[in-house]
Parts: sequence; C-alpha cells; structure tokens
Amino acid sequence: MAPPGRFGKYGGQYVPETLIPAVRELDEAYSRLKRDRGFRSELSAMLREYAGRPTPLYYAANLTRRTGGARIYLKREDLLHGGAHKINNTIGQGLLAKKMGKTRIIAETGAGQHGVATAMACAALGLRSEVYMGTEDMERQRLNVLRMQLLGAKVHPVDSGAKTLKDAINEALRDWVTNLGDTYYLIGSVVGPHPYPTMVRDFQSVIGREISRQTAAERGRPPDALVACVGGGSNSMGTFYPFVRRKEVKLYGVEAGGDPDRGNAATLSFGREGVVHGMLSYVLQDGDGQISGTHSVAAGLDYPGVGPEHAFLKDSGRASYVTIGDDEAIGAFHTLSKEEGIIPALESAHAVAYALKLARRMKKDDVIVVTLSGRGDKDVQIIGHMDGFAI
Amino acid sequence: MFASLRGEGGLVAYVMGGDPDPVASLESIEAVLRGGADILEIGIPFSDPIADGKSIQAAAVRALSSSTRPRDVLEITREVKKRHGVPVVLMTYFNPVFAAGVGSFLDAAGRAGVDGIVVPDLPLEEADVFGKAVRKRGMDSILLAAPTTGEARMKKVVANTSGFLYLVSVLGVTGARKDLRSETVGLVKFARRFTAGKIPLAVGFGISKPEHVRAVIAAGADAAIVGSAIVDMVAQSAAGDGGALGRIEAYVRSLKRATLKGRPEAE
Ligand SMILES: Cc1ncc(COP(=O)(O)O)c(C=O)c1O
Repeated sequence: MAPPGRFGKYGGQYVPETLIPAVRELDEAYSRLKRDRGFRSELSAMLREYAGRPTPLYYAANLTRRTGGARIYLKREDLLHGGAHKINNTIGQGLLAKKMGKTRIIAETGAGQHGVATAMACAALGLRSEVYMGTEDMERQRLNVLRMQLLGAKVHPVDSGAKTLKDAINEALRDWVTNLGDTYYLIGSVVGPHPYPTMVRDFQSVIGREISRQTAAERGRPPDALVACVGGGSNSMGTFYPFVRRKEVKLYGVEAGGDPDRGNAATLSFGREGVVHGMLSYVLQDGDGQISGTHSVAAGLDYPGVGPEHAFLKDSGRASYVTIGDDEAIGAFHTLSKEEGIIPALESAHAVAYALKLARRMKKDDVIVVTLSGRGDKDVQIIGHMDGFAI
Repeated sequence: MFASLRGEGGLVAYVMGGDPDPVASLESIEAVLRGGADILEIGIPFSDPIADGKSIQAAAVRALSSSTRPRDVLEITREVKKRHGVPVVLMTYFNPVFAAGVGSFLDAAGRAGVDGIVVPDLPLEEADVFGKAVRKRGMDSILLAAPTTGEARMKKVVANTSGFLYLVSVLGVTGARKDLRSETVGLVKFARRFTAGKIPLAVGFGISKPEHVRAVIAAGADAAIVGSAIVDMVAQSAAGDGGALGRIEAYVRSLKRATLKGRPEAE
C-alpha cells in the first residue's frame, strides 16, 4: 500500500477514515476530468470570458528605475475578476464539483479572497456556497464578508482556536465529514489531503504557463527569477510549477516574517515537519506538536502550515524561501501604489518587497517576474487605520 | 482487552487527559471507573482536533489552558494503571506523536502501561508502519471504520486493526446525539459480519444514553464507547459544580447496566 499523493515524503492523506472514500472519489473524478477535452475547453472558456485571462505581464519601469538593478515585471493576477488569483482555482474546482453532481460547496477563507472567489464561481455555475471564516479575519477583512454575502454565500463565523484561517479549515473539514453526500469541499490553496495539493497547483499553473509564453515572446527565454508570496502556497506553486525543470530560473517564495513582538507565519523558514489538515509538511508548532498561533499583517498569509510540494522544493534546494516582515510589506504596498499606480494586496506586497531587494543584487538585463497575486482594495481599511484614518 | 467480560457487553468511557487540569482529570477518571467502565479511553489534548465536535474541542481547550502536555497524560495513565489495572486506550491525533518521534513516543506510552492507541487522523494507508511499531511494543493499534467504509475496505481494516475495531457510528464528528440514528443498527450488523470470531467490535460517536448502548450491543457490538456526554459533565465539574462527579459515576453506572441487558441471549 504505497501512500498516495506524495512529494518526496511530504503530502499524504492524514484524514479520518470517514473521509477516505470522499478523497478517493475526488481523486478519481479529477484524474478523469483533467484529461477530458470538454472539461478543459469549458475551463479555459470560463477563465477567458469570466475571470479575464490571460492577465498582462507588465514591465514596472518606475520600480525598476528605483532599484537600479534587474528589470522587474509584474504578473497581474490582481486584474482578475474578484481581484486575486484565487478564481483560477475556484472555477476549476467549481466545474469539477458540478460534474461530480455536488450541489453544496463549502470553503474556508482567510483574507476573504478565496471566499469571494468561491462565491463568484458558485453563483456563475449555479451552486450553493457556504464559507467558514475566523472571527478575527472577519473583523479585519469586513469588506470581503459583505462581498461574499452579496454574492449569495452564507458566511459561518469560526470562533475556535486562533479564530483565523487554520481554524476555518478545521471547521470546513468537520462540515465535510458530516455532509459528505451532497457537499464538495473547495479548498483554497495547495494544502490539505491528496489530491488537493496537486489539483490546486494544476489549476493555478496557468499563471506560470502564461509567464513562460509572455517572456518567451518578449525576449526569447524564460525569466531569471520568479518571486511570489507564500501563504498556503497556491499563487507561488502556480507560478513556479511550469519552471521547476528549468534550472536556470531561480524560484523565491516569500513568507510572512510578521512582527518581532507579535510573531510570524513563516512556516518553511521557521517550522518543522508535522501533520496538519491532512498533510505531512512543514508546520509551525511547539515541542509537543501543538500548532502555533501565527501573525501577519496579511490575513491571507496568516497560516501555520504550507503546501507539501513547497516542503519538497525547499528540501531539494530547488526553491528558496525568504521572509519579509509586516513593516517591509507595508512599505512596498505604498511604494507600488505611488510608483506604478497599482495598490497591491498586503499578501502580494510581501513579494514586491523581496523583489525590490533582489533586483539590487541582480544584473541590469536580468528579468524578475513578481506574481502580484491580488489587488489591495480589501486592505485599504487596515492601512487607513495605521495612517490614522477611520473608515 | 475485553478478556474480563463474560457474556456481557463492554463499556469504554472517554475522558480528556488533563481536563481541566491533570489532578482534576484523575478525579473524573476515578468517578468513571467507580461507575463500572471496563476500558478507559484517555485523550491527549490537541490544538486542532478535526474529528471532534464542540464538547471534546472545549475539553482540549481546558486541558491545554492548564498546560497539560502529552507526558502529563501518560503520567495520569501510569497512575490509573497502578491503582486499578484497567485497560487504557490512548486517543491522540498524529502530530503530537510525530513531534515526539514515533519510536520514543511509543516507548513512553508502553512504559506508562498504555494497552492500545487510536489515532483518528491516521487511516489505514498511513497507519501501516505506525501499526507495526505499536504492536512491536506489545500494544494494540486500533483502527477506525466508518459508515462510508465499504466491504472491500472493511476487510482490510479488520485485518489490520488489533485490540478491537472502533466503528464510528455516524457521519460526522464526535458529540452526544439525542437519538441513535436508525442506520446505526444496520451498520453494526454489517461490521459484525467482518469482525465476528476475529476481533471485538466497539461502537462510538454520538452514543449518549443507556438505550443507545443497549441497542448497539443488541445489534451485535461487543462494546459501546461513550465520550462527549461524559466530557460535558466534566465541564460542569470544571465550572465548580460539586455534584458533577457523583453524576458522572451514576451516569456511567447506568450505561454499564445497559451493556448487561443489551446482550443477545443466544450466542
Ligand atoms: C491576494 C492573495 N495573495 C496570496 C494569498 C495566499 O495564498 P496562497 O499562498 O495560496 O497563494 C492570498 C490568500 O488569501 C491572497 O488573498
């Protein structure tokens, strides 16, 4: 019995027995449909006509001039419908759920972006959606709670544990195990039991494939470095995956370094191997294996686990994982807004902040592509607060 | 593990170790054993208990707030074994075991006198190596089966469990339910086809009343497992209700009595 869905030793299906038939059914359905012509053409039509793909690859000339180093390009996932890369995945899984005959979709959300993207895809596909969200996150991302409700989703507040993303995932798993018949669990990142890490990576890989095409068209070769933020790891995995075999492309995942007093959410940088949410991966935990509370100014990065394929890429040395703290991310948020007229999500601002440092160390004709995973409208309130602006 | 039972059903009683603190949880365990539980199932509190409902989640929060560590739960186990010698089954999520290192965790559990281990987030596929390590140390690796476990898989689970088969009686998480689901009796009969003559069958999740116990035993289970309902009374005790320990004992006694009456006569 070889354990299914491994990236090296990471991954697996550490879920209660009750869920095993459900993850198997999902695995089989996905394996079948990903090769199905009809499914693939429906998916790409929706990505094009509903989500707004392909997204531009934008040369950030002002940002580049500011560093005086490598050329910085932005992969504009922030321009997608809903304002983040999350919709690439929710359309994919939403279509899959529909083909599987499921009528009720549940999801977890941290920043609310995955919840919004789930609510949108479900509305468009005629599915019911219910979203679990920690009460701490509901407070700091209030606008997204309202958006989900306007889109017809039911939002369930989660008051257990740290009241953030990890607790919302626990609650979604508990719902799933109780309502297996009609319910599909639409997970929002490359985390969870197999097949989720693989499936979500596949749906997000459209980001990297477009980057590959766009850079090939412009300069005839791939970029020298890719930079993306890592919460659960979906926008970064989708960015990296088509380039994993092209060793000349450096891969940088940027984790939330948080704040010296309030902690961090840099799982790959500071965590150890562990099992949480159905997967073996890196986990932020104490010596007894209790999962740690985390902190990041970016709700979407505030998670103590990480996708198992990232754990594998880290151990193999193929990708590097670095941290950017709250202050640097907030700085990059302002810089990008003023220099390029683009307000980034605080999550994505972590990637921008690292790219600014990296560019200085690279040659002028090198190319860095930063995945701008989302737009910052949802964070304007938080930033406003810091600047003494009540909204 | 059910060696002491002769022609009666068994009662497995669950208590969260260290709830609300290690000393008080030993008192709850004493009450449970005075009530006549045949096997004690003791939980290691975990921060992210995905298979548990509100009652056991709250118990874990209480235990963790008093800084209960896995080693404290093993210490409680050692004390219970010394005083009573009853079989003790440890229920723990996998990460606390993994964090300690599987080998050293199991060595410590063995030294404390643990008889069997249930890990709710370690299904058959992942439990292979773990189960061998448990059995090598003379303990039982107890696997779970669920309402979603089909025939072919049930055979494999039964072949790989030891001590007993833990049958989850409902779709869902732990938690006391008012009524026994009508499907539960059918499910017990189905599982019984695979366990009969091979390994004891214990049924848990949602069982909270003597009539539930009677019904699952009458359907062919060898034992009933009761957790959340006891844990709710421990919560009352933790909140300062001085009568709660007496109620726990009386409640467990009523459950145990139901195991005697529930047993089918002709077997
Ligand atoms: C804009 C944005 N970027 C990044 C993330 C982090 O998720 P992931 O690492 O899966 O891309 C989120 C999550 O909510 C997000 O909203």
